[in-house]
Formats: sequence, C-alpha cells, structure tokens
Amino acid sequence: MKFPEWRAAKEASWRGFFAGLWLFVFLAAPAQAAPAILKLATTTSTYFTGLLEWLNPPFEKQHNVRIHTIAVGTGKALRLGENGDVDVVLVHAPKAEKKFVAAGYGVGRRSVMYNDFVIVGPMADPAKISGIGDIATAFRRIAAGGVVWVSRGDDSGTHKTEAAFWRAAGLDPKGAWYRSLGQGMGETLKAADEMRAYTLSDRGSFLFFSARGKVDLKVLLGGGKELLNPYGVIAVNPGRHSHVRYDLAIKYIRFLTSPDGQRLIGAFRLKGKKLFHPAAAPPGPGN
Amino acid sequence: MEFLLEGIWEGILLVLRADPEVMTASWVTVRVSFGATVVAGLIGLPIGWALASHRFRGRGAAISIIQTLLGFPTVVIGLIVYGFLSRRGPLGFANLLFTPTAIVIGLVILSIPIISVFTMTAVSSVDQRARETALTLGASSRLAAWMVLREARFGLIAAILGAFGRVSSEVGIAMMLGGNIKGYTRTLTTGIALEGMKGEFGFGIALGVVLMAIIFLTNLGTRILQKS
Repeated sequence: MKFPEWRAAKEASWRGFFAGLWLFVFLAAPAQAAPAILKLATTTSTYFTGLLEWLNPPFEKQHNVRIHTIAVGTGKALRLGENGDVDVVLVHAPKAEKKFVAAGYGVGRRSVMYNDFVIVGPMADPAKISGIGDIATAFRRIAAGGVVWVSRGDDSGTHKTEAAFWRAAGLDPKGAWYRSLGQGMGETLKAADEMRAYTLSDRGSFLFFSARGKVDLKVLLGGGKELLNPYGVIAVNPGRHSHVRYDLAIKYIRFLTSPDGQRLIGAFRLKGKKLFHPAAAPPGPGN
Repeated sequence: MEFLLEGIWEGILLVLRADPEVMTASWVTVRVSFGATVVAGLIGLPIGWALASHRFRGRGAAISIIQTLLGFPTVVIGLIVYGFLSRRGPLGFANLLFTPTAIVIGLVILSIPIISVFTMTAVSSVDQRARETALTLGASSRLAAWMVLREARFGLIAAILGAFGRVSSEVGIAMMLGGNIKGYTRTLTTGIALEGMKGEFGFGIALGVVLMAIIFLTNLGTRILQKS
C-alpha cells in the first residue's frame, strides 16, 4: 500500500467522522420544544388506569402545555418534588403529603379525588376474611392463617397505608409468609396472583388488572372509612426551587379542582366502571 | 406458547401499521443509542488505542479498572448520574434530568468501558510488524498509528456494534434518568418494562421484536458497509 492511498483513506475517514459528528449533533439536538413543559410526578394508580391520559389532554390543549408524567410510587414522587426535579405531584398519602407541605417542599395542596383500598386474595379465601367488618381483625387473621401476604414494600402510598394497618392490628409482620416486593401495584398484584396470596391494592389498580383477566384474585374487603384512599395535588414550592414552573403547576391544580376537571374525573370509566370519585372542596382555610 | 407467538405476530403488525407509540419509542431508542455510541466511541477508541499501544506507568491498573467497569451495574450508573443531574445535585442547573440527553449521559458511561476494552484487544492483536514496517517506510508515527487502526478495523467495528447493542437494550439507566415519559423519553426497553408491569405481555414482546429488528438492521448495515 502506498502513501497516497493511506492519505485518501485517511481523508475519507475524516469525512466520515465529520459526517457522523454532524449527524450526531443533529440527532442529539433537543426535540422540538413544546412551548411549555410541566413535570408531574404521580403514582402508578393514576397512570396505568388511563385516568391521566383522559384528564390531561384537555388541559394541555387549553393552556398550550405539555405534561411530562413520571409515574412512580407516592414516596418517590414526593422525593422528586423535594429535590425540585418535578413541578407538581399528584399522590395519595395524606400524612406524608402534610409532612411534605409542613417541611416547606410543597404549597397549595388540594384534595382532588378519592377511591378506596381493597384487600384482595385468592377466590377460596383460606384465611376467611371476607365479610369481616374490622380491618385489624382481618389483618390478624391473615397473619395467623398460614397464608402468604405480599407487600408493595416500596414506600408508596399503598405501602404506607398497609404499614399503618399492621400497626393498628398490633402486629409487626415478619417471616416467610410476609413477602415485601419493592415493586409497583401491577407487579404486586401479579405476584399475589401467582403465589395465591393476599395483598392491599387501591381499587382503581385492582379493577384495571382484574377487568382484563390479568389476575385471578377477588376483593375480600373494601369500602368503609378506614379504607378511604384520598388523592391530593401539591405544587412544588418555588421558594425552595426557583426554577419550578409554579405558574403552570397552579394552573394544573386549578384545572383538576375546577368543576370541569372534577366532572372529567367523575366521568372516567374503565370497562364501564367508575374508578375515581371527585372530591375537591372549594379553596379556603384548612384546605 | 400461544401468547409468545401472538406477541411476535403483534410486533410485526405494529411495525407494518407504523403504530405511533412504537414509532416514537423506536425513534427515541435509536436516537439515544446512536448518540451515546458516537460519544462513547470518541472517548473509548482513543482510550483503548492508548492502552494497547503505549507503555506507561499505571497502565496495568488502568486496564484493571476499565475491565472492572465492564461490570458496572446499570442501576448504579443510573443512581450516580441521577445524583449529579437532580436539581439538588452539582449539575442540577442544567435541567437535564428526565430528558433524552440524561439517558445519553448514562449510556455513554456504560459504553466507554465496552468500547475501550474491545478496542484495546483489537489493537493489541494487530501484528506489531505492521506499525514497524510503516515506520521504516517513512510514515510519520501518526500515519503508522492510522495503519494499525486500519488493520484492527474489524475489531473496532465489533467494539462499536457491541456498545450499540448494549445501550439500545439497556433499561435501568433509561428508566431512572429518562423517567419513561411517553413520547419523550420512553424507549423500547422502558416501554417493555411498563407493558410488563401492566401485564400486557403481547405488546411487550412486540416491542422486543422491534428492538431486535433495529439491532439486526444496524448489524446488517454495518456488514454491507464493510463489504463495499
């Protein structure tokens, strides 16, 4: 091989290099930015069920906003808000939400909607909890009944609620029968199904999975005040994170709690079933 | 068995129908994987080349480190980069978390060791005499280095393709740093994870088929380029 050939090859490859670089710069350039982006951290239950895809487009259209939804557990969602990585959170863990606001991470919390938690288990209900009025008794029966309990174990709103129930029953669940997964509601329901186990779920997620024949479990306990599952929306405090889109967050909160937003929530159906009940109280003291 | 076949069939249909969700997820996947491979190549190729063709103090340690990094768990990369890119992290001002760029950063870190190690092996296996011959023929040392790289080109291409395959099929980094935002940072793999969570096995497998097709086409394209 002679030098001119090397040089030609070298030049050709430099050309290739620059072409590649150009292509990369072109490809890596940020996607056509929508006028404004609102980052929303929420729980899997609002996302999987399709509620947000039903609820958000009208808002996006009306305000020329694009909502970037990050679906995680409540614990993680609040953490994202704490770090200022999102602008608004839609979650379901009233106690943790209060702490979040009290610590100055969030402002303008409003109630949005509610559904309820359900205790689900195998069709045969070996622990015989169906029809028990008292949750603590049901939990004690599960603990003593030689059955398996699957826990989210992921610091989500559902996990926090479950932990509170065990505390209320005076139990500290441990052992081979108590399986902490550290995963989302869908995986947990599927695991409970596979293991013929009991678990706690929000009704929306359970309907979503059971309506489509994904799980062979049954609601054994539901309804009642204790099992109420309220959802709240909170703007990330711009006093702590000056970069957050507080203006958009407030618009979104207003939309969710407006008569229109509330009507949309109430009108949402999955397989003909109502999953969420609107619950926004008018703004005022104590809200 | 049936649902597996259905999934594969569904995948083919989704591509033929140009399903918008599949198309955007594929486009995001190609974009971040390609971008990450190019950047990692620009960094990893020189590293691998230097490790193979130069003797310097600490070379052994450097090789050990980079070979250990081959096993860097993607979730750990995700966590560390997350720590940097979060608003509370040192690079938070750049507003990169939950963007495709954030995924690219994580994937670059993932693929630099791959490209470096493959390149090092490829360059090491080139007969030293090639370089010496070039030098005695009067080539500059740069030209001689070029000659060696040319000889090693199949190995270098394998390095790049290996990295591309790795980053396009990666899920932990894409999930943690991209946030799986529909139409924006949802890649094929995070889409598959989501469908798995939802119990939509068919659609998940379908996305997997699309992913494999992309990797296959990349390899095929490279082979055609090599032959021409």
